Amino acid sequence: MTAQLGTPPRALTEAVRPERTRRRRTENLRGWIYCAPFALAFILFLVWPTIYGLWMSFTGRSLTGANSSWLGVENYVEAFADPEVWSSLGNTVWFTVLSTIPLVLIALGIAVLVNLGIPGQWFWRLSFFLPFLLASTVVSLFWKWLFNPQLGLINDMLGNFGIPPVAWLNDPNTAMHAVVITTVWWTIGFNFLLYLAALQNIPDQLYEAASLDGAGSWRKFVSITLPQLAPTTVLVGVLQILASLKVFDQIYQMTGGGPAGATRPILQYVYEVGFTGYRLGYASAISYIFFFLIIAVSIVYSVIAARRTVK
Amino acid sequence: MTAQTLSHPAATSQAGAPSGTARRRRGVRPARVVAFAILVVLALAWLIPVLWAVLTSFKTEADAAAFPISIWPTQGFTLEAFRTTLAEGMVPRWAWNSLLTSTAVTVITVVISSLAGYAMSRFDFAGRRMLLAVTVASIMIPGQILIVPLFQQMLTFNLVDTYWGIILPQVIAAPMVFILKKFFDQIPRELEEAALMDGASRLRILWQIVVPLSRPILGAVSIFVFIGAWNNFLWPFIVVNKAELMTLPVGLQTVISAYGIQYAQNMAQAVLAALPLIVVFLFFQRQIIKGISTTGIAGA
Repeated sequence: MTAQLGTPPRALTEAVRPERTRRRRTENLRGWIYCAPFALAFILFLVWPTIYGLWMSFTGRSLTGANSSWLGVENYVEAFADPEVWSSLGNTVWFTVLSTIPLVLIALGIAVLVNLGIPGQWFWRLSFFLPFLLASTVVSLFWKWLFNPQLGLINDMLGNFGIPPVAWLNDPNTAMHAVVITTVWWTIGFNFLLYLAALQNIPDQLYEAASLDGAGSWRKFVSITLPQLAPTTVLVGVLQILASLKVFDQIYQMTGGGPAGATRPILQYVYEVGFTGYRLGYASAISYIFFFLIIAVSIVYSVIAARRTVK
Repeated sequence: MTAQTLSHPAATSQAGAPSGTARRRRGVRPARVVAFAILVVLALAWLIPVLWAVLTSFKTEADAAAFPISIWPTQGFTLEAFRTTLAEGMVPRWAWNSLLTSTAVTVITVVISSLAGYAMSRFDFAGRRMLLAVTVASIMIPGQILIVPLFQQMLTFNLVDTYWGIILPQVIAAPMVFILKKFFDQIPRELEEAALMDGASRLRILWQIVVPLSRPILGAVSIFVFIGAWNNFLWPFIVVNKAELMTLPVGLQTVISAYGIQYAQNMAQAVLAALPLIVVFLFFQRQIIKGISTTGIAGA
């Protein structure tokens, strides 16, 4: 029925058509003119490199320009057999696991505590959020100094408890943990703010109704706060996993991927293969393997989010 | 025990609210004291690294490298490390490069994203849906995988070791286009229709009606783009090799790998590099916190 209403009598359309097509055309033109600068940059610096990189991953392209012949899937076959790919991928996943858990749980904890309405809201926000604004280089400088085996504050403090000096960044057993501690310190403010906003969006009526039913604070936390925060937790968790998988800066700056490759993430391997090893084609293939991992995580999230909205 | 103390009804909390409007979050209860104590400990853990770095930057090199360590400068406060950094190193030059490139990235990004966001919000042009869908989908592409092809592209365009090489690949902010479009959608069209009747051009309407109404969101977007560009490490690190064109984060990294151990100076450099953003934060706190809380803007 709507379709019928939407179709004006034939005679009218005939008369109106030239006017309409003209307007349509200017509207189209105007839309694209406004979008042109963005669209141009988008195609040049995002779409094209994405396609070009995929093409490169099937060639033997090198930074010196030599031997850029078509190799088919050879680079991918090589990558899957390359122990360095597996170890750096393993480090990346291990870093993601180690960093995501505290970055979600501690952020939630701090947000809940701050949301109790304790005086000094401004101060708490500032303290936990400020590091998030620092450049990775600055953060790495701070923490390399803190983790310094002889002169660092951390070993000094541990010494007060009788713990012998730890070599932190120089010991393959502790280097990853040191990087994770740094990362938690650096980026927790973002998750903290997301949780704080979510907590403040929980309607007061829910708590009031629960109070009337005689629920205590702990009960309210478990039965109202946590379920209400579930969507935020999914969001924070996924954003965190994606961010952690992309780790490069702080590891490269603090340990250079060492000791003995114990912390080297996949992106650093891409960088090394491409820019110090000059093998751009092979580096692209590893990039795309990493890309599929990221896409997989994003798709899993979309499915979870879609299911949630359907409910 | 905590659970029990927490579960006490609001008897005490009413005493804490003098006006008689008993608010859920007021009052001194043991649980709140415990929460306060935990927060103080956590806040110290978050602030001490910064404080220690700042204190180190005021030490002499000898003092900074003295063992056993002391937190307070034992030989008195000195600006020596800052003076050396500013006088001898390239830090001022790098700071200038950072300021220049980050400002350019911010201006270009905000202008092109606003134009695109406005068109997607107001004009019903062919391909609008497709463009919007592609833009949103592109958020999934991690910029890091593009370093290899982008570098090749910069070689072709002769943009390696240039400011434009640093700037251009950073101006695409798909999430910002989407956020701006959403914001423009909420602005009532009646305001613009009246102006259109008066014969104002679309560009003029955008500039004189829409932009002033969108100041908060434009401010938030600008701040986040600026912070992102100022702190960006990977791309400038790839595209620039000449020391005099490096941005601050990249420059600091090379100094450290080249000269290594000068603790007081290293900390002075870090503090100097952090300072501009701390000033930005103190000025724009509200927008920054609101921007993250409402849109998750910086996560993308």
